[in-house]
Amino acid sequence: MLRIGELRLETEERRNELKMKRKILTTPQKITGHRLFLVILFASLLALALFSVVSAQGTTPTDDEVNRIAKKLYCPVCENVPLDVCPTEACRQWREQIREMLSEGRTEEEIIDYFAVTYGERAAGDPRDKVKAYLIPVVAILLGTAMLVRALQMWKKPKAAEAVTPAREAKPIVPRDEYVTRIEEELKKRS
Amino acid sequence: MTETTSPRRAVPLWIQITVWAFLVGLLAIVAMGLSRAQQGTVQPGQRIDDFTLTFYSGYEWDGRSEIKLSDLRGKIVVINFWASWCKPCEQEAAELQQAWTEYEPTGEVVFLGIDYVDTETDARVYLKKFGITFPNGPDLATKISQYFRIKGVPETYFVDKDGVLRYVQVGPFVSIEQIRAQIDPLLK
Repeated sequence: MLRIGELRLETEERRNELKMKRKILTTPQKITGHRLFLVILFASLLALALFSVVSAQGTTPTDDEVNRIAKKLYCPVCENVPLDVCPTEACRQWREQIREMLSEGRTEEEIIDYFAVTYGERAAGDPRDKVKAYLIPVVAILLGTAMLVRALQMWKKPKAAEAVTPAREAKPIVPRDEYVTRIEEELKKRS
Repeated sequence: MTETTSPRRAVPLWIQITVWAFLVGLLAIVAMGLSRAQQGTVQPGQRIDDFTLTFYSGYEWDGRSEIKLSDLRGKIVVINFWASWCKPCEQEAAELQQAWTEYEPTGEVVFLGIDYVDTETDARVYLKKFGITFPNGPDLATKISQYFRIKGVPETYFVDKDGVLRYVQVGPFVSIEQIRAQIDPLLK
């Protein structure tokens, strides 16, 4: 039979034992939590690294990306030299500007428009307003030609009407045949 | 003996005229281009047409972000075309700034720096590098340089108080005396 004191002691021992067991039991759980934390940390770092790679690609366009736009622009200093192959300092600066604008997320169209507005249409090479650049001159020439043709026809008609009628009446036969006939007659006379 | 001849089909008149019109138009364009190329810059004695210059922030004149040449009537205007990529421009940068420092207090002379086909970033680096403080701005769409028919940079144009061009300096100034020699007579 256990006395109260012994019982307390035993209970205390038992409690300590249980605490130890609990500690042993809970320790692996804590390790798992720590591992989980490490896994999350590692995953986060990996994600961050991947994200930073992606964002680095977004902020620093490659030379190919820059040249894709540069080849549609022309050097401001040398005549008719595309920007992507021009070795001048001015062109190098322009290419850098294209790079900066691409990093800012500007589209190709926006960049070319910017260059046309800032440096003039000749920098863009291809006219921005194609209707104005191509269609209007062609339409103007065609209209002008049509007016000229009409004017010439009106100018020629009255004279033609006067001259043609008597001439045709005088020579109803094909001139070629008459000429050949006369030659043959001449030849007969001489032979 | 009869000879048969196949009748030649004549090209319609309107086609002939169209072809000629295109050819004449093309020749006219080429001629205009050649004539313009041989014209050179605007010549002294010519009245300079009005133009607008938008300034870079920090390089304004009298607190104004843009100016018309006509606003400067009554003042001598020194128009300097330059670019940050232009090495000869660097040779005269200090002289121009020194001249501006000399003439600005008189209130009778205005210097206008016109930045030809340049990027603002590089232009600002250049202006800071040479300590330039006179009004400066970009030649937007190269309208101003086309009007002056500049052949390159640097080129400097001296316009008198009546808006008439008095002198053209092609290439860099080698000394400040060269600049004084053009401005002083116009001040009298």
